[in-house]
Amino acid sequence: MHGDSVIADAPILQIRNLRLEFHDHGHPEVAVEDLSLTLHRGEILGVVGESGSGKSMTALAIAGLLNRHALDCGGEILFDGVDLLHCGRSTLRHYQGDEISMIFQEPMTSLDPLQRIGMQVEEALRIHHKELSAAERKEAAIRAMGAAGLAEPEQVYGMYPHELSGGMRQRVMIAAATVSRPQILIADEPTTALDVTTQAQIIALLRQINAEDGTAIVFISHDLSLVRQLCHRVIVMRRGVAVEMGTSDEVFLNPRHAYTQSLVDAIPKVVL
Amino acid sequence: MRYVLKKTATTLATLLVVSLLLFVAFQLISGDPATHILGTGATPERLAALRAELGLDQPLPARYLMWLTAFARGDAGVSYVYHQSVSSLLSAKVPVTFALAAMSFVLMCAIGLPMGIACAKHAGSPIDRAVMVANQIIMAIPPFFAGILISWAFGMGLHLFTPGGYVSYETSVPRFLGYLVFPAVAIALPRAAQLAKLLRGSLLEEAGKNYARTAYSRGNNTNGVLYGHLLKNAFLPALTFLGMSLGTMLAGSLVVERVFNIPGISSILLASIGNRDYPVVLATVMLIAVFIIFVNLLVDILYKVLDPRIDEE
Ligand SMILES: Nc1ncnc2c1ncn2[C@@H]1O[C@H](COP(=O)(O)OP(=O)(O)OP(=O)(O)O)[C@@H](O)[C@H]1O
Ligand SMILES: [Mg+2]
Repeated sequence: MHGDSVIADAPILQIRNLRLEFHDHGHPEVAVEDLSLTLHRGEILGVVGESGSGKSMTALAIAGLLNRHALDCGGEILFDGVDLLHCGRSTLRHYQGDEISMIFQEPMTSLDPLQRIGMQVEEALRIHHKELSAAERKEAAIRAMGAAGLAEPEQVYGMYPHELSGGMRQRVMIAAATVSRPQILIADEPTTALDVTTQAQIIALLRQINAEDGTAIVFISHDLSLVRQLCHRVIVMRRGVAVEMGTSDEVFLNPRHAYTQSLVDAIPKVVL
Repeated sequence: MRYVLKKTATTLATLLVVSLLLFVAFQLISGDPATHILGTGATPERLAALRAELGLDQPLPARYLMWLTAFARGDAGVSYVYHQSVSSLLSAKVPVTFALAAMSFVLMCAIGLPMGIACAKHAGSPIDRAVMVANQIIMAIPPFFAGILISWAFGMGLHLFTPGGYVSYETSVPRFLGYLVFPAVAIALPRAAQLAKLLRGSLLEEAGKNYARTAYSRGNNTNGVLYGHLLKNAFLPALTFLGMSLGTMLAGSLVVERVFNIPGISSILLASIGNRDYPVVLATVMLIAVFIIFVNLLVDILYKVLDPRIDEE
């Protein structure tokens, strides 16, 4: 395993003073209070924190999937010299699915039930790489599906989502998210809905994608032992702010914040 | 394929049951056809002779089979009142009614589908809200009243067409269709309003699902998500409505034909009901039943084509 040697210092994504506040329910609801973080090229950054601490909102903000009409957005998310939080929709779309991809917690419902798997895996290429022929797209899709650990990708290519298990659907999601070799992959609790064995396989797959393609991964999870195994660095969120960040070793072996300590205490000791 | 065969078999079975029920029901209510034809003053001998000629002395199952096979060949018996074959009475009128219903259906789709899509796309905007309020009103207008309004406004007011100036399709097909446009609008409008509302709601529901978010995450613009993913999913609930609409359009045609003086089956059906001319009524009802049952088959097959989740069982 490449482990920590992959981390280069070059930041690929910088979040500065991110603030996300809902204003559509009359009384304002702060989802992210004041968050700053840096994602480095080729690293796996773990994001942990209690329910409602703003992890998913942060992830959606990076992936450009926030409903801007319902939110007040403050601060900036810098990628490639562009502020993803305030840039135009078309600039955002230029990166979505090509440079920044996302996979979700719910593999059962995240695929279009009426479209064949192959079409969905290829979609980012159809949108961003019009220069590719249909045959080239199919080839790339099948390669991505094979790399995502789908046995017999040619066959799965022609299937529909309902014919696949949850684990296979998450692999399809990963294939679709990585088909255009993005620089950043955001994974919001990608294994929560899966059984333990499948979970371990998906984690191994994410590690492999990171090691082989140098894709930076933002890995959100409630499972601290998974985060400990997978992530180079970790940030701990609570009520919309990062209360602690550092390398996995720093955070898990030597937690400085009382809240982090309580989280770490809750992990079975064998893992640490 | 097995699904289609199975649905076709079910359809044929349904047809048989419906035809049997209709036949028996008309036997019960219509009394003795020979008396109808010859009048109450006829001698018993002549009545018996006619009964034998019409096959009325046979047992009921045999009469049903005779009637069914004859109907399948296009022979629906003889009218009690006009003393000519039912098929010759109806043959010129049936195409008119079905053309009107078909045109209404096409208009309903042409108005309702784009309107539903546009409203969903701009949901919450002033235009969307205005259209939805207008829809609510239009939905409540029955076709005959819409017909009277349209006939008055476009016919007598704007002189865009001549009320009563019906042109037969045998004379000129374009002018025939041209005359049908306004009545068809009257039939289509309330259903189009319902269709728009249904599709809008269905699209908005689909837009809230996880796969829509996935589609955006791949760099789709709104149209890409809408036409690439949402529309097909949102169309499924609308399909049943479209199927049912064909029946509604037919019923609407019967009413609106009266308003616009269109020589479809409406006038002869109403006259025959009044005259107790049962062969004509039975044939017309049977035609409508066959039509609706086949539309249902078509809807089932379309579901199968659109939705891979419908299993082959
Ligand atoms: N549509 C919304 N309207 C109002 N508030 C919202 C909305 N969506 C999320 N929030 C609020 O934003 C905060 C952050 O939510 P978020 O989904 O990011 O939490 P999370 O850390 O991902 O939690 P979990 O671990 O349960 O997934 C929560 O307090 C939530 O109440
Ligand atoms: Mg979450």
